[in-house]
Amino acid sequence: MHPFTLERPRDLAAALAFQAQAGRTDAAAEYIAGGTDMVQLLQEEVRQPTRLVSLAGVLDHRIEVNDQGLRIGAAATMADVAAHSGIVQQFPLISEALLNSASPQVRNQATMGGNLLQRTRCPYFRDVGYTACNKRVPGSGCAALTGDNQWHAVLGTSDNCIAVHPSDLAVALVALDAELEVRSASDRRTLRLIDLHRLPGDTPHIEAALEPGEVIAAIHVPSGPAARRSHYLKVRTRASFEFALVSVAVALDMDGPRVATARIALGGVGTKPWRTPEVEAALKGVTPGSPEVRNAAALAAQGAQGRGHNDFKIELMQRAIVRAVEIAGARA
Amino acid sequence: MPPDLSPPSITVALRVNGSEHQLVLDPRTTLLDALREHLQLTGTKKGCALGQCGACTVLLDGKRVKSCLSLAGLIDKRDITTIEGLSSGEQLHPLQTAFVERDAFQCGYCTPGQIMAGVACIAEGHAGSAEEIREWMSGNICRCGAYDNIVAAIQDAAGAAGATGRG
Repeated sequence: MHPFTLERPRDLAAALAFQAQAGRTDAAAEYIAGGTDMVQLLQEEVRQPTRLVSLAGVLDHRIEVNDQGLRIGAAATMADVAAHSGIVQQFPLISEALLNSASPQVRNQATMGGNLLQRTRCPYFRDVGYTACNKRVPGSGCAALTGDNQWHAVLGTSDNCIAVHPSDLAVALVALDAELEVRSASDRRTLRLIDLHRLPGDTPHIEAALEPGEVIAAIHVPSGPAARRSHYLKVRTRASFEFALVSVAVALDMDGPRVATARIALGGVGTKPWRTPEVEAALKGVTPGSPEVRNAAALAAQGAQGRGHNDFKIELMQRAIVRAVEIAGARA
Repeated sequence: MPPDLSPPSITVALRVNGSEHQLVLDPRTTLLDALREHLQLTGTKKGCALGQCGACTVLLDGKRVKSCLSLAGLIDKRDITTIEGLSSGEQLHPLQTAFVERDAFQCGYCTPGQIMAGVACIAEGHAGSAEEIREWMSGNICRCGAYDNIVAAIQDAAGAAGATGRG
């Protein structure tokens, strides 16, 4: 690890005053909460901040479920959220996404806010032995374009970056139209989760739409029948403790046997958590398990671009949508 | 003399296996390195130092964590239990006994982490079947491949804990 100063502020106001910033390569000061991703990045010298500002003990970690919906304090751990009875019953998708993430130990340490702001698992980003990574060293190129890219994105890519956003939680929350409560020293604003992560474009080193001195304070999720009839399907190369090749978050509002409204988000295939409005529109009036679901799912492939090793994801994500809709539709 | 490039030291209070320790540490020190290098508690092992292998598993306020992924400076004033704190004197913890009886290791390097994770797995109620144990022990890797015997040892200890009502 490169040397850094560790700040341990007594309260949130003091933490915000340090003007640290998450999710971008040029930040001199960064926040650290559970630390499970940050410590890896420090160990591998992918990140070399001169100052780390701890959020331990200064952020809300409460979980509240009421008629309007769900509010999760950003410091709640993955394990506590996954096991919360109100979430298991009313937002099964969230619990499933979390239980299919990381390992039991990491789920006891990692926080909600940190999970959403974790950096990509692209091996070229994580290994400083490779010189070309626009996310790590702006302007240096992208080794994944012509390298081993079976893990990489087919949606939302640019010629500068094809890295996948790795969070399962973010995919589930994007499907449920979650919003973030963002705090700074002088302000409190609402940010739709779909707007938190940026497309790589020409600036892949800037991943999150957070300004210096801004932190995620809480997550809000509206409740409803679709949130209850939801499912997270994760396809990966081993049975547990692995990132997604393809994942699908589905939430269905049913009208008898037919879909009234569907919400679908994809993981493992996009440079950010990926909503599919065309698929959702085409699923209206369709019966889960019928051949029409396959036609709707095919619309997810519009605009998808494989880079060789990851071409299989374009077919796999369509099949995963079909299965996830079938499982969610069978839920009471 | 070379210039001193190390960042300003921080003071950390660690409560490990019931004992209080005041340490002055480089802020880069992980909980794992604090235990091994500063408190000489070398039972907790360093494998990958990236949260992938589980050899460094300890209990933090009773919950299992990977000590390589925590900065010691952020663990102030919380209860840490390591493999050294599991037995009562010469009396082994039931899961330690089960590992011996089931020969649940070969080289033994992953064993302290397996046992700490296994103790938590049982306490959480995630040891109901071999399949459930495999899923909930997936954060601990055994490169010798002693998995079958590790699962059997955890099942033994979970059964005994269920029978006597203690975890």
